[in-house]
Amino acid sequence: MASVETTETEGLAGEDGVRRRDFINIAAVSFASAGAVAVVVPLVNQMNPSADVLALASTEVDLSSIQPGQAIKTTFRSQPLFVRQLTPKEIEEADKVDASTLRDPQTLEERTVDGKKQWLVTMGVCTHLGCVPLGAGEGENKGEYGGYFCPCHGSSYDTAARIRKGPAPKNLEVPKFSFTSDTAILVG
Amino acid sequence: MGFPWAEQYAPKHPLMQWIDEKLPLPRFVYNAIGAGYPVPRNLNFFWNFGVLAGFALVIQIVTGVIMAMHYGANDLVAFSTVEQTMRDVNAGWLMRYAHANGASFFFIVVYIHIFRGLYFGSYKAPREMVWLLGLVIFLLMMATAFMGYVLPWGQMSYWGAKVITGLFGAIPVVGEPIQTWLLGGFAPGNAALNRFFSLHFLLPFVIAAVVILHIWALHIPGSSNPTGVEVKGPQDTVPFHPYYTAKDGFGLGVFLICFSVLLFFAPNFLGHPDNYIEANPLSTPAHIVPEWYFWPFYAILRAFTVDFFFIPAKLLGVLAMFASILLLFFLPWLDTSPVRSGRYRPTFRKFWWILLADVAILGYCGGAPAEEPFVMISQVAAAYYFAHFLIILPLISRFEKPLPLPGSITEAVLAKYGATDGEAAAVPAE
Repeated sequence: MASVETTETEGLAGEDGVRRRDFINIAAVSFASAGAVAVVVPLVNQMNPSADVLALASTEVDLSSIQPGQAIKTTFRSQPLFVRQLTPKEIEEADKVDASTLRDPQTLEERTVDGKKQWLVTMGVCTHLGCVPLGAGEGENKGEYGGYFCPCHGSSYDTAARIRKGPAPKNLEVPKFSFTSDTAILVG
Repeated sequence: MGFPWAEQYAPKHPLMQWIDEKLPLPRFVYNAIGAGYPVPRNLNFFWNFGVLAGFALVIQIVTGVIMAMHYGANDLVAFSTVEQTMRDVNAGWLMRYAHANGASFFFIVVYIHIFRGLYFGSYKAPREMVWLLGLVIFLLMMATAFMGYVLPWGQMSYWGAKVITGLFGAIPVVGEPIQTWLLGGFAPGNAALNRFFSLHFLLPFVIAAVVILHIWALHIPGSSNPTGVEVKGPQDTVPFHPYYTAKDGFGLGVFLICFSVLLFFAPNFLGHPDNYIEANPLSTPAHIVPEWYFWPFYAILRAFTVDFFFIPAKLLGVLAMFASILLLFFLPWLDTSPVRSGRYRPTFRKFWWILLADVAILGYCGGAPAEEPFVMISQVAAAYYFAHFLIILPLISRFEKPLPLPGSITEAVLAKYGATDGEAAAVPAE
């Protein structure tokens, strides 16, 4: 055996310094690495939201029972969602603010659907540390700007759910939604 | 491993000899924690805490495996199965309280162990690897404790999980996908609960494996000691067994008394009442706090309230919190003083006390609501924490004039307690 191996190595070493064994080595390791990476993909991807979680990724909300000035609290992607019908007075209050002076400059138009400015749909998740603000329920504290008030660290949102006071950096997030009829929306 | 004068394992019983030939496990144990491991003769009670931490890990694994026998890792039943364990399972209340308070005691002894290492310079050459592995254990402990706290699925479990995974959301661009990936959903839910349970079960065994590496790395140079002077000869050491098994046994007794006092008389003292309310994604507790052992880091996280250049405050807080621990990995190279022990470093010693007070203040602020004056105090304390390691320590190392070191461990011991006849005649091996 030993003599056979010696002859073989000597013979191969002659080929410009690159042996056939080097090629086989690199090819084999590359092939095994590609296989290893292919195995890692499902191992990592199994942690992403499963089909049943994604199936709940959109929510339909019936608006017919929400009177002007009222709001409901529902869930979207297992997080609170506020749907509110603004009164004309609240719309006026939101419109008279110069958006460029705000911390997160946005107008009520930009935060609602064209022609349906009274329907304010936002996540009920404070943009500071993720608490649920008050103001959607009957008789809850709406804060000094008449929108929502976060009891955790005192962030106040106005009637367009824009941040006006307190530590939160952003306005309450407006999720993607569309009207499926005059009295129903599909969120997500 | 060990010094040349270490006692040799020589089994007398034929069965033990037979085992020693086939698998020298008893020999390994003898050399690791038996008479075959020579240890400096002057270790004080602060050297008990490594063994105590190991014991705390055993308590957690035993009570944890039992808790898992009665637990249902599903968001519909998790809360009620924990309550059932408390009320219906025989001695279930004991297992749960021992597990919850055992976690606190694990962190108490580990924090004392870390500050012991900081004071006596245990992180310095040739024991850097011991220190680094210890930090790895600390990080694993924090991950394990965080995931364990989510499992009862109470209000603090849920909102703690939301806030902590939300930290990853602060990372630009990839943050939100990472957060969703970690949770397996858009908010904590059944998927998150299940994976946290799986990992919470796994990680303690990973910790146990790193503990073995930690001890292995320790036994190459041997234990440090309160003088910081290396062992010079056989008269400087005593065998681990029976000397330190006895001393550790005494320390363990004291530990168990303290543990029992809390476990039996105030089992909820360190807990939070809101965690006895089932998780409710639609209602936030008024004041979200993590467990007490995370408070110093939570205070650093919240200390950042204004954006800096383009970096949002939230991301700065997250980076600072992780940096506060990663910084410790560089400690062996930040403190360049050749003198190990704080006993012989008058300036260093004062700043050690200030650091201890600083971390305690951070801890207090981390548990307090996020309002003034606590925000401002945590900002100052967080700045000092970083300054201690990055500015003060390197400067002290350069300018401090250390006190004269004793010639050897034995010399220091004899100076303190006086010589007996046998020892006065002992000659250093060198």
